[in-house]
Amino acid sequence: MTRDITRRSMLKTTAAIGAASALPMIPFAAEAGDDIIVGGLHDLSGFIDFAGIPMNQIMLMAIEEINAAGGLLGKKLKGAVYDPQTKMPLYSQFATQLALKDKASVVMGGITSASRETIRPILHRYKTLYFYNTLYEGGVCDRNEISLGTTPAQTVEKLVPYSMGLWGKKVYTIAADYNYGQITAAWVKRYVEQNGGEVVSTDFFPLDVTNFGPTISKIQSAKPDMVMSVLVGTGHLGFYNQWAAAGMKNEIPIASTTFGAAGAELEILKPEVANGILTCYGYYPSIDSPANKEWVAKVNKRYPDKTPLLSELSAFTWEGMMIWADAVRSAGSLDRMKLIEVMESGKTYDMPSGQCAIDPLTHHAIRDVYIADLQDKTYIIKKKFSQVQPADTQLVCNLKETPNANKHYEISLE
Amino acid sequence: MDYSLVVAIELLREVAGLILIATGLAVIFGMMRVINIAHGEFMMLGGYTVVLTTKWGVNIWVAILILAPLVVGVFGILVERLIIRHLYGRIIDSLLATWGLSLFLIGFVTVAFGNTVEGVSTPFSSFSVGRYSIAIYTLFLIFAAIAFITSVYLTLRYTKSGLIARATMQNPDMVESLGINSKLVYMATFGIGAAFAGLAGGLLAPISGVVPGMGALLIGKAFITVVTGGAAVVAGTLSASAILGSVSQAVTFATGPVFGDATLLFVALILLRLLPQGITGRIFTRSV
Amino acid sequence: MLRAISKDWLGAGFVTVIGLAILFFVPVLFDLFEVLQMTKYVVLALFVLSLAYIWGFGGILSFGQAGFFGLGGYAFAVSSINMGQTTVPFLIAIAVAALFAAALGYFMFYGRLSDVYLGVVTLVVTLILWKLINHTAGPEYVIGTARLGGFNGIPSIPIMTLPWQPDQEMEPSHMFQYFMAILIGVYVLLHILIKSKFGRIAISIRENEVRTGLLGYDVRLYKLAIFTIGGAIGGAAGAMWATYQTFVDPNIFSLEWSALCLIWVMAGGVGTLFGPMVGVLALEYLSFQLGQTDFINNLIIMGVILIFLVLLLPKGLFPTFRDFVTKHWNRRHE
Repeated sequence: MTRDITRRSMLKTTAAIGAASALPMIPFAAEAGDDIIVGGLHDLSGFIDFAGIPMNQIMLMAIEEINAAGGLLGKKLKGAVYDPQTKMPLYSQFATQLALKDKASVVMGGITSASRETIRPILHRYKTLYFYNTLYEGGVCDRNEISLGTTPAQTVEKLVPYSMGLWGKKVYTIAADYNYGQITAAWVKRYVEQNGGEVVSTDFFPLDVTNFGPTISKIQSAKPDMVMSVLVGTGHLGFYNQWAAAGMKNEIPIASTTFGAAGAELEILKPEVANGILTCYGYYPSIDSPANKEWVAKVNKRYPDKTPLLSELSAFTWEGMMIWADAVRSAGSLDRMKLIEVMESGKTYDMPSGQCAIDPLTHHAIRDVYIADLQDKTYIIKKKFSQVQPADTQLVCNLKETPNANKHYEISLE
Repeated sequence: MDYSLVVAIELLREVAGLILIATGLAVIFGMMRVINIAHGEFMMLGGYTVVLTTKWGVNIWVAILILAPLVVGVFGILVERLIIRHLYGRIIDSLLATWGLSLFLIGFVTVAFGNTVEGVSTPFSSFSVGRYSIAIYTLFLIFAAIAFITSVYLTLRYTKSGLIARATMQNPDMVESLGINSKLVYMATFGIGAAFAGLAGGLLAPISGVVPGMGALLIGKAFITVVTGGAAVVAGTLSASAILGSVSQAVTFATGPVFGDATLLFVALILLRLLPQGITGRIFTRSV
Repeated sequence: MLRAISKDWLGAGFVTVIGLAILFFVPVLFDLFEVLQMTKYVVLALFVLSLAYIWGFGGILSFGQAGFFGLGGYAFAVSSINMGQTTVPFLIAIAVAALFAAALGYFMFYGRLSDVYLGVVTLVVTLILWKLINHTAGPEYVIGTARLGGFNGIPSIPIMTLPWQPDQEMEPSHMFQYFMAILIGVYVLLHILIKSKFGRIAISIRENEVRTGLLGYDVRLYKLAIFTIGGAIGGAAGAMWATYQTFVDPNIFSLEWSALCLIWVMAGGVGTLFGPMVGVLALEYLSFQLGQTDFINNLIIMGVILIFLVLLLPKGLFPTFRDFVTKHWNRRHE
């Protein structure tokens, strides 16, 4: 117990304490002042940082852009950026901090559904406007939240008939074993059957599965016309490599509602593995419109190196900032309810992704979606669908009737 | 018939996969009683070595078979000198320190090389078994696993350094008094264990995605295989991989991957209950 | 001998007084946000006490303490959603975790598993729980009215009420005080337990299992009791965590939580109750501060700190500090 403390070990101890105590002195990322605080909660480290970092970069770019144009209501915007490190306790802690301490006017962020469901009730309770800009399984009913990402009814409904028309009616679904995967797989089944096809099998994979050998054999014995992939995350990247290695790449085509959603798969997989995968999202960098070309150029100019991956997630974060800023200008106020009323008024916004409006009943985006074929890391857009409704969330949510709703509904297709 | 052949190959492939990811950890644990939590990140470094060097124009086989183990092995020696050597005999402290190392490596690789580096495509094409087609690389992995185990066995059993390593494992003081520097033995062992991890990471790089967090997906299974196997490196790794791999893969074929993984854990649990020192603690007590 | 004991009680008394001071003054002196943050540290401190006790005073190294934490959280979530109240669910959570610990403990101690292998079994069991609960995303996994929800977890968990005011949700400051009172209570009870005959035998088992067994004590039974107590405390912390977050997800069972718990105990100092609580506070505060900065990847800093902690302060923060102070004190009074 009373081991002698030598001078050397004491010096070491003091040094360590010194190093540790130096850290808390780092100034807070945001200090209350006259600025308008915009909160950002994206995972900047940890296993989905490839999605969080671009979203954060684009959010900061939008703040700079709005400030360069004179700010809002005569004030400058200031980003309060936190890194929840993919840990839910930190998400709840920082959301509370943004609401109560930083007095943020709006919060952008949350990537996984788990992180959204951690921070959404907190921001609801403390009346802080919240933008969730990620595609997800649908079903959030909360007047305090604006959900800009696409939901299965917007993408799966288009992708299934299109790909069945190309390849055939026999579909094999492989999906991540969590809520998004389960719900999306149920939608796939419904739309396949509505279009006169058949889902021969649906296999679910925990997110940490990396070996897909048995599944590939099962798919080979089922001989479907196409595979519908709802795989998620870096563990599941192995499927595409193993699929190509087994020589299946040119045998059975793949369509996916998740591939490259945050852009990472696109960068990590070789073109010979990823070419020909058909996807459907609300945004692609290759959208051929002046608004999008201008925006992509702007991003490249702002981030000449470390250029963020452009995807639905990052593009919609920018759109979220712009829609919010527009509402502040129209309302002439930062008052949360006034902003919500402006956004519920059914205004259509011209965005890089196309035309976008907020559905007043669900607070989800009514937006253009696209089907694209991946060739050599470039999306070739095959078809565009205009003004697609978030029909899934509309099944369960009506904010006109229940304006105080505060719930994430599980949309059941039974 | 075709299907049973395919199932058999996949069973072997799973067993081989466990052998590949566990050998490096088993060498370090068996010889030094150090649990290297950063083992998964060592594999990740191997994967990154392959992905980056092939991008710079290095032949893929050179990258996988030479550079990956070399780079990670040298790194392992560095880690042993800087951190591990202070922690011999302190199994829990070494666990905590290597946990810190694993966090550090994930962060460092993300900052240094980015988290979305383009992977390599799988060498070889595929072959058909009836209406099934299987990647030739799968067979290559099975052979690689056999080579892993054989090389460790031959080294330990028939070479002088293997003899010294086994002796150090049993009685370091005795070895020291015979004029052999046991510190050097430990350093070399850790380096070799790291090199195996690097090689495994390199071998797996073409069929999995190479990302900074990939180690976390592998370390759990590797760890459980090693502990279930017990102290003897070769017999332990081989027997634990064979039992766990084949049972879990069989269940995966029958029901799906969730219960496959759960079964792996459950079988490990039963084995540990029946054989509290690991399989080789009771059964293959005289093996290496 | 006598002096040593009274010194120990002095330390515990001192900690208790500080705890009571915190309990009464924090809600007065700090704003809502800070009170909420401190509530989190209180819950985690209770969680870490469960491991600090079984490891430091029973020699049982559990790599799977998160298993009890998670079971407590899930048991509380499911039963409170079904029952519409929180007092009985709190007790259910503690009971579920304790029973699970007793069953697992029986399996391990009566199977004579030792040291590292025992740790691994706890780890494996927790991983199985994690895998299975992650798999419950489908609509068929319902207990009463509570969907288990798989990876996404269970949202909208009721906020705890005081046992004698079942209709009134606790305000944040009341929740802080209630939890702090529980923490102080558990700390004092554990301290009494450690100083009792039971506790002394437990320590002798930690020091030399064989010799204690030869003296006629049933080592397995003692270990089982210690492990079960640890499980119960972990379960209580899990239930408090669930109501504090109003949300649980399967990551509560993850390797990361088990490891964090281990790290807090080690950083704070094995063999004390106070040290690990300091460990929680120090490391969680650090992690929180790091999240507010974006100058470098946070994993790098956290990793480096852990490595340095092991190399420079092998005994942990609190014992190092205590020894340092005692040493100087003694020198001055020699």
